Amino acid sequence: MRVRRLAAWTALPLAVTLGLAACGSGGDGGSGGSDSSAVSIQIAEPKHLVPTNTTETSGSQVLAGLFSPLVDYDAQNKPYEVAAQSVTSSDNKVWTIKLKDGFTFHNGEKVTSQNYINAWNYGAYAPNGQDSNYFFEKIAGYADLQGKAPKAKELSGLKKVDDSTFTATLSEPYIDFKTTLGYNAFFPLPDAAFSAPGVLKDGYEQAPIGQGPFKMKGTWQHDSKIDVERYDAFPGEKPKVKNVEFRIYQQLTAAYADVQADNLDVLPTIPTESLSTAPSDLGDRYQTSPMSSFQFLAFPTFDKDYSNPDVRKAISMAIDRDEITKSVFKGSQQSARSFVSPVLPGYRDNTAGKAGEFNPTEAKKLYQAAGGPSKIVISYNGDGGHKDWVDATVNQLKANLGVDAVGSAEPKFADLLTKVEKKTPVGAFRMGWVMDYPTMEDYLGPLYSTNGSSNYYGYSNPEFDKLVKEGSAAKTQDEAIAKYQQAEDILAKDMPVIPLRFGENVFGHSSKVKNVEMDLFQRVNLVKIEAAS
Amino acid sequence: MFRYILRRLLQMVLAFFGTTLIVYALTFAGQGDPIQALAGERPVTAAQRAYLTEKYHLDATGVGGFFYRYFDYVKNLLQGDLGESLTGRNIGDILQQAWPVTVRLALIALAVAIIFGVSAGVIAGIRRASIFDNSTLVLTLLVLGIPTIVLAPLAQYFLGVRWQLFPPTAGSDPTFYALLLPGIVLGSLSLATALRLTRASVAENLRADYVRTARSKGLVKRRIVVVHVLRNSLIPVVTFLGVELGNLMSGAIITEGVFNIPGVGFNLFRGIRTEDGPLVVGIVSVLVVVYLVSNLVVDVLYAVLDPRIRYE
Repeated sequence: MRVRRLAAWTALPLAVTLGLAACGSGGDGGSGGSDSSAVSIQIAEPKHLVPTNTTETSGSQVLAGLFSPLVDYDAQNKPYEVAAQSVTSSDNKVWTIKLKDGFTFHNGEKVTSQNYINAWNYGAYAPNGQDSNYFFEKIAGYADLQGKAPKAKELSGLKKVDDSTFTATLSEPYIDFKTTLGYNAFFPLPDAAFSAPGVLKDGYEQAPIGQGPFKMKGTWQHDSKIDVERYDAFPGEKPKVKNVEFRIYQQLTAAYADVQADNLDVLPTIPTESLSTAPSDLGDRYQTSPMSSFQFLAFPTFDKDYSNPDVRKAISMAIDRDEITKSVFKGSQQSARSFVSPVLPGYRDNTAGKAGEFNPTEAKKLYQAAGGPSKIVISYNGDGGHKDWVDATVNQLKANLGVDAVGSAEPKFADLLTKVEKKTPVGAFRMGWVMDYPTMEDYLGPLYSTNGSSNYYGYSNPEFDKLVKEGSAAKTQDEAIAKYQQAEDILAKDMPVIPLRFGENVFGHSSKVKNVEMDLFQRVNLVKIEAAS
Repeated sequence: MFRYILRRLLQMVLAFFGTTLIVYALTFAGQGDPIQALAGERPVTAAQRAYLTEKYHLDATGVGGFFYRYFDYVKNLLQGDLGESLTGRNIGDILQQAWPVTVRLALIALAVAIIFGVSAGVIAGIRRASIFDNSTLVLTLLVLGIPTIVLAPLAQYFLGVRWQLFPPTAGSDPTFYALLLPGIVLGSLSLATALRLTRASVAENLRADYVRTARSKGLVKRRIVVVHVLRNSLIPVVTFLGVELGNLMSGAIITEGVFNIPGVGFNLFRGIRTEDGPLVVGIVSVLVVVYLVSNLVVDVLYAVLDPRIRYE
C-alpha cells in the first residue's frame, strides 16, 4: 500500500511534466476520414430523447438535429421564426402561432398544429413524469393536469384553429412567451409517436421521428453512438454535412485524447484538467465562445449570520474575481458583477456596483461594522470540480477579512440542496445557473422570486416580485427590460447572492472540420459545420 | 467429484443471496436522494418526484420497506428480470450489450498475464539472481507501484495520441487491435503478480526432492521443468488468475473509462456516480456469479493439476 501511494505521488508530477513537455505537438497529420461529409460530435449518454423529457445538454444536442424549433435566436439573442410563420399576440396573453408550410416529419407525415398540441399536452400531463413539465405552467389549464390523478388530460389554453394555426392562451400575460418557444420542450410530436391518444409509443425515443434537418439512421445505440443523416425533404436551411455521428463518451478526457488524434471531430467541452495545455495541444482548433452559465455564491438569508446585506456585500468585496478566473480557470470563464448573463438583451455591466469591486480594506471595515460571523464556511459539491476555486476564495476571505474561512465538500449537489432545504447550517454555498431561453426573466424569476423554483436562500422582497411580474406582463420588450433592470437593481441592494463568474464554451475540433460554432446552450450548430476539404 | 461440484453449487446459491442482500442493503443505505441525483443540478418537479417514487417503490422506507423492496427485487431476479435503471432502461439489455466487450477485454488481459507473466516467471525462477531475474523484479515493482489511474492515461497519451501506434479510444464495437492497448494496461497488474508468484513457486519446487530424483534419473532439463516443476508450480498461479478474472471484469472501471469502452465497469461507474441503485445492484449481482463460478473452476482445476488432490 505504502509503495503504491509513494509511486502515485512521484508519478503525478511526472505525468504533469510529461504533459507540459509535450506541448506544441498537436495531433495533426491524421489521414483523411472515409466519408468526408460525416462528422462526429462528442456527447454523454442522453437520459432521454423525448422533447418534453430532455433537459440535459447531450440529449438536446441530438434533438437539435432531429427537430426544428418554432423560433430560434439571432446574434442579439432575439427570437426569429423558424418552423413558425408567425407568433403574434395583441395582449401578450392569447398567442396565435401560425406554422410555415412544407414541414414534414421524417416518416412523411405533414406537420400540423395538432402535432404541437398533442406534444405539449403530453409534456404537461403530470403522470407522464416529463422533466420539462414545468415549461408549460404559464399556459392556461396547467394546474388541472397536475397531481396524481389530474382533473384534465389536455391544456384548456391550447386551441386548434386550422391545420397550420393554433392559439395558446396563458393564465396571465407574459411578454417573453415567444422567446420560450425556442426551447426543445416545445417541439411537435408526430402521430406515429403515440400508440393511443396521450400515450407515447414504447421505444419512440430509441428512434425519434422529428421534423428537423436530420433524421435518425438506425436506432439509438446506448452508450455507443447515435447516427443521423440529412433529411432531404427539410424545407429550411440545409446542413452542409450529410451524416452526423453523436459519439457517446463517459469521460471527457477520453474524448479529448480522440480529438487530439483526429479520431473525433468536435469536443464541445474541454475537460478542466486539460485547460492549461489545450491551447497549445490544439492550436487554432481550440476555441471559445459565449455561453449562458452563471456561477454564484448563495447565502442562507434566513441564517442570522448572513441576514445582514452588508455582511454579504463585504464578502463580495473581499473576493478578487479576476485573480481566480485567471489562475484557476485559465481565463475560460469571465468575472461576473451582474445578476444576468452578458448574452442577454438588457444586460448591463457591473450592476452590483461597489459591492462587485475588489476592495479588501473597505470590505474589512464593512464586515466588522456589520458584525459578520467569525468563521465563514463555503459548502460545495465535491463531484463537480469546484474544490480549486472554493479553496482560492476561502484563502482570499481569510487574508482580506481576517476571519477563519473553510471550504466544506458535500458528496453531491443533491445532498447540498437537501441540507439547505432543511435549513441545516451549511454556511454560504455555491450555485450555478444555465438559462433555458434568453430572457432576463429566466434568471430573475426562478432564482430570486419568493416562490422561485430555485430560490434556496429564502430571499423574499415583495418589491422585487412585483417588478418581475410587471416585466412579464409588459406591453413591449423595452418596457419589460426596463422593469427587469429595476428588479436587478434591487438585487444589487440586497445581495442575496454574490455573482462570481460567467461561463464560456471552451471547445476543440479536429483538423477535418471547419466552421464549428457553439450556441449559448453548449450545442454545436449542425447546419453550419462543414468538412474541411 | 460430481458430488463435490453439486455441493459447491448449492453453497453458491446461498452465497449469492447473502451477497446480493448485503450489496442491496449497502447501496440503498448509502443513497442520499436518488431522484435528485438523477436530475443532477436541476430542481426536481413535484410531478417528476411523485412519478419516480411510485415507480421504484421509494416510498417504502424503513426496515420493512427495505425487505419489501429486496424481496420484490429477488422475485423479479428469479424470473430473469433485472429490472429497470433509474433512467428507465432495461438492466438486462444494458448488461447484454456491456458483457461481450468486457469479456473480450478481460480475456486479452488474462492472456497477456499468462503468456508474459507465467513464462517470464518460469525463466526468472530457473535463473535466479540472473540479470533477467533482477530486471523483471524491478520492472514488476514499478508496474505494481503505478496505479491504473496513472498508467492508463499515460499509455493512452504516448501510444495513442503522441506516437499514434494504437487508436486512443476503443468505442463500443472495437476491433481486437483497438482492445489490445487497454487489455495490456488492464493485464499489466495481474501480469506482475502472476510473474512473481510463478517465480517463487518454480524456485521452490526446483529444490524439491522429486526434482532431485528426476535429475538423478538423468531426465533432460526441459522435461523436468515443463512436466514436473511447472505442473506443481501452477497451483498458486491458477488460484490467483481465477480470482483475478472476476477482478478484471469489475476492475475495468478505470480502464474502460479512459479508453471509452462501454462495458461492465463503465456502466458500474455510471451507476455509482448517478446513485442508480438498481443498476449497481444488477451489475454486482452478475459479478458475484462470475466470482463464484471462477472460484469453482479453480478448485476443480486443482485436481487436474495435482492428482493427489481428491474431492468427495
